[in-house]
Amino acid sequence: MEITESIVTKLKKIADENRELIVKVAQEAGGGHFGGSLSEVEILTALYWGILKVDPKNLTWQERDYFILSKGHGCAGFGPILAKKGFIPMEDLKTFNQLGACFGMHTTLKMAGVEHPTGSLGHGLSTGQGIALSLKLDKKPNRVFVLQGDGELNEGTVWETAMSASKFKLDNLITIIDRNKLSMDGPTEEIMPLEPLAEKWESFGWAVKTIDGHDMKSLLDTLNQVPFQKDKPSCIIANTVKGKGISFMEGKYQWHYGYMDNKQYNEAKVELG
Amino acid sequence: MAGQQGFTMKSLEYMSGRDAYGKIMAEIAKEDERVVLLTADALGSTKGTAFYNNAPDRVFNMGIAESNMVTTAAGLAIAGKIPVVAGYGFLLAIHAAEQVRVDICYANKNVKLVATATGLAMGTGGSTHHCIEDVSIMRAFPNITIVSPASAIETAIATRACILGHVGPLYLRLIRGVTPEIYDTEDIGFEIGKAIILKEGKDITLIATGEPVYLTLKTAKVLEKEGIDARVLNMHTVKPIDEKIILKATEETKGIVTIEEGNVIGGLGDAVGSVVYENDKTTKIRKIGINDEYCKIGSTEALWEYYGISEDGIIKAVKSILKKRKK
Repeated sequence: MEITESIVTKLKKIADENRELIVKVAQEAGGGHFGGSLSEVEILTALYWGILKVDPKNLTWQERDYFILSKGHGCAGFGPILAKKGFIPMEDLKTFNQLGACFGMHTTLKMAGVEHPTGSLGHGLSTGQGIALSLKLDKKPNRVFVLQGDGELNEGTVWETAMSASKFKLDNLITIIDRNKLSMDGPTEEIMPLEPLAEKWESFGWAVKTIDGHDMKSLLDTLNQVPFQKDKPSCIIANTVKGKGISFMEGKYQWHYGYMDNKQYNEAKVELG
Repeated sequence: MAGQQGFTMKSLEYMSGRDAYGKIMAEIAKEDERVVLLTADALGSTKGTAFYNNAPDRVFNMGIAESNMVTTAAGLAIAGKIPVVAGYGFLLAIHAAEQVRVDICYANKNVKLVATATGLAMGTGGSTHHCIEDVSIMRAFPNITIVSPASAIETAIATRACILGHVGPLYLRLIRGVTPEIYDTEDIGFEIGKAIILKEGKDITLIATGEPVYLTLKTAKVLEKEGIDARVLNMHTVKPIDEKIILKATEETKGIVTIEEGNVIGGLGDAVGSVVYENDKTTKIRKIGINDEYCKIGSTEALWEYYGISEDGIIKAVKSILKKRKK
């Protein structure tokens, strides 16, 4: 798809609407993973409105692109997007975390549009690798996109997959890293330093690009270029802000998970509205 | 029959369970393109070479990275393949347990985990290479089926049943070395979930799974000479366990002795015990297995003898039940 200015403008607006809906859903359900659900909004909007070949009416469409939310706790940010795209009913958003709901803190197979249940970090890239291997075997052109958190990259299994995806020349596998530089206890660079991150992925044999994860044009342009190199899996390090959109949450690791008091929620609604 | 099953008794002679599985896999490679094989730098030892020779494109060597291997298999299953993940028990069931739990069982994927060395099969390899906990751990995962064939013939049949005849998460435990065949026919009536009665009897019921089945059958013949009529059940499927046949044993015999090559905590013995007490039966049970300890150095044979997985061990257990009942 050609990335025109009007498309960028349109998707920016959709991202803002998505952000507003995500906050409403999580807050009204009693709380959620605000930080990471807000940092990934533009990424998911770009993917679902601009890049992924998917059909909410045909979940097993053999020609579809695959998306894995490896940072499964970003589900509060994913569910509303799946609802707006018609995968899950909008009414289901009200059932967030209720007994038997399809939509909860981490992705489950009960959510239409979810390919694999996530929540335990470090599994998504390997899952995506398996799908990508099958696609290569069958010589199909579908792509596999995996959104990982940056704290998630502490998990050793991520690097097992970084090695093997390169060995298998999976240029149909793309990982986007939601690089908001915060995990649960604090800054990633204090908890378990990741830098130099781009160089790490490159040394594992991936083609890497680093962009602003809230710049819709950048996201669309970059995602449109995959694979960056033939025979190499692609890695997009998307620099983001945890809690983006709500000033008192931005850059605060304490908002990894939380619930706003009335005053805070009113402030948030003004900022998002 | 060889055409249908891919083997005859003669062709399996002198084969280990592992070998028999490898032989059938070679056939399956040609029969079903959806079947893919994963290995963690152990293709030869996990008997995947013949499959590879028939379908090299469908074998993925993941290197010594079993967690990656198991989750990758889940991904392959999402895309419509039937992945067979072959490796050592301790690596599949323990090292990669979280991946088995989340990506295979919770996600309910049609992935077959094949452990080619379990229990004490790695012998002098020592405790790090043994796997006495796999049945206990796998039993606690919802959605999984656990199959432990007792001979080459049973393995050949089970391999096909598990890989092509069953849909869903499955853990198949193979006998590593060459062991005596317990069947004299290819027509054994194998069905996942249904134990096989190897010997009828009314005094005591011996229930075993996997490699110890042969020993159990042999011991039953020794007991016979002592006037004890032992029933021998081959519980090849530990989960879901054959509850009916266990309850029949509680009604028709005077006690149960279970024999397994694993920790008595959480394994076959406890699976049988659960059925007994959940149905309010008071049948006496004794568990033969490893009594919650890691093993000293020794060959598999020496360790079995030392830890009571032996004729003596079984007979002692049988008599402890029957002696009590005589009071």
